[in-house]
Amino acid sequence: MNSTNHFDVIVLGAGPAGLTAGIYLSRAKLSTLILNQGTVGGQLILTHEIANYPGVELTSGYKLASTMKKQALSFGATIKTVSQNPVIFDEGPVKIVKVGDTEYTANAIILTLGGSPRMLGVKGEIEFKGLGVSYCATCDGEFFSGKEIIVVGGGNSALEEAVSLSKYATKITIVHQFDNFQAFPAYVDEAMSNEKISFVMETEVVEFAGNERLEKVLLHNKKTGTREWLKTDGAFIFIGYQPNTETLKGVVSLNQNGEIIVNSDMETSVSGIFAAGDSIAKRYRQVTTAVGEATVAALASAAKVYEIKKELQLTN
Amino acid sequence: MKLDTNLHHIETANDWKKVLEENENVMICCGRMGPMCIPVYGVMEELEEEYKHIKFADMPFDSPEATVIRNAPEANGFMGLPFTMYYKKGKVVKATSSIQNMDQVRSILDQHLPKSN
Repeated sequence: MNSTNHFDVIVLGAGPAGLTAGIYLSRAKLSTLILNQGTVGGQLILTHEIANYPGVELTSGYKLASTMKKQALSFGATIKTVSQNPVIFDEGPVKIVKVGDTEYTANAIILTLGGSPRMLGVKGEIEFKGLGVSYCATCDGEFFSGKEIIVVGGGNSALEEAVSLSKYATKITIVHQFDNFQAFPAYVDEAMSNEKISFVMETEVVEFAGNERLEKVLLHNKKTGTREWLKTDGAFIFIGYQPNTETLKGVVSLNQNGEIIVNSDMETSVSGIFAAGDSIAKRYRQVTTAVGEATVAALASAAKVYEIKKELQLTN
Repeated sequence: MKLDTNLHHIETANDWKKVLEENENVMICCGRMGPMCIPVYGVMEELEEEYKHIKFADMPFDSPEATVIRNAPEANGFMGLPFTMYYKKGKVVKATSSIQNMDQVRSILDQHLPKSN
């Protein structure tokens, strides 16, 4: 193995948690590799305005993430963007991270894999993305002026965005898989009092279809088992977020939601593998919580690395 | 009107024309600073170092000058931001609507704007 591929700590993910871990570890003079998939900054860059990050006046998530990246690089962290999923092998005090044909080793790993908007995962969804299927009312709402659309979901985002889309669309059908909404009552009341909005409950979208753009959706009524096509010009999908932990199954313990279980040191079920940010099991998901958890994970992993190095010195 | 990214900014139709004339391979993301567009700018910034033979640029969707992209025949029917155009020798070889991830962008670059041997 190439010795330049060995690091004290490898951080998987470059959102606010990953970059914070990189800042703390590299400032402590530990060699640190941040392996990133996608955009550096993670979900943070999607936040238009951040007004409650202590010590920082009104800024954008994009700017805050750029500054975090600069800080991590300035202290000596290496950030490497990879397109393949990293695979982790636990060899006790040495952890192996394999990305394609390249192997990296470290004495500790910090998982900061974040989360992604959930997709329906049904036929036609990807094909019609941007051609009628959308995930952002603010971005794409105006393309649906004077048109009839559906909104999929029953949480706060779905109901709030349905109301927002009523500025553009002539008719909005909210399609929800359960018989009740998960959204706060105020959002439900607002949607229900909007004359452009109607509801189809206990129903799932099972297919998107059309020619050059979306023309209809196939609805499956969970109560009756019947299926019927509904003509529509657009479909906005707001069905929440999921942790990016698909590749961690069998590596560390996950809860029923696929979130990583950690202790107070942010250590997972595997000694030397830590986790922080939106992919861990927790109630509140904020930039500040991700940063705080990553600080703990970085300090605890640093202690682990020093412990391993000391043991190796004693052995030699 | 300029987008808040670290990419090369195209502000006018003349800038757009100049970029296409001066570069064989060009990727332009025409959008806003919103949740569907920013990840694409981020992917482009990450790939700039690796794909040095491609000129990466952005253009504000709301600029009147952006009609060169908004009204392009290849963008006909697009209903999601950003509109991303890939050009080879000044001609559109691929256009996408809405968010694209790194794998999707890489795949398009490798297929339509490969490095010349």
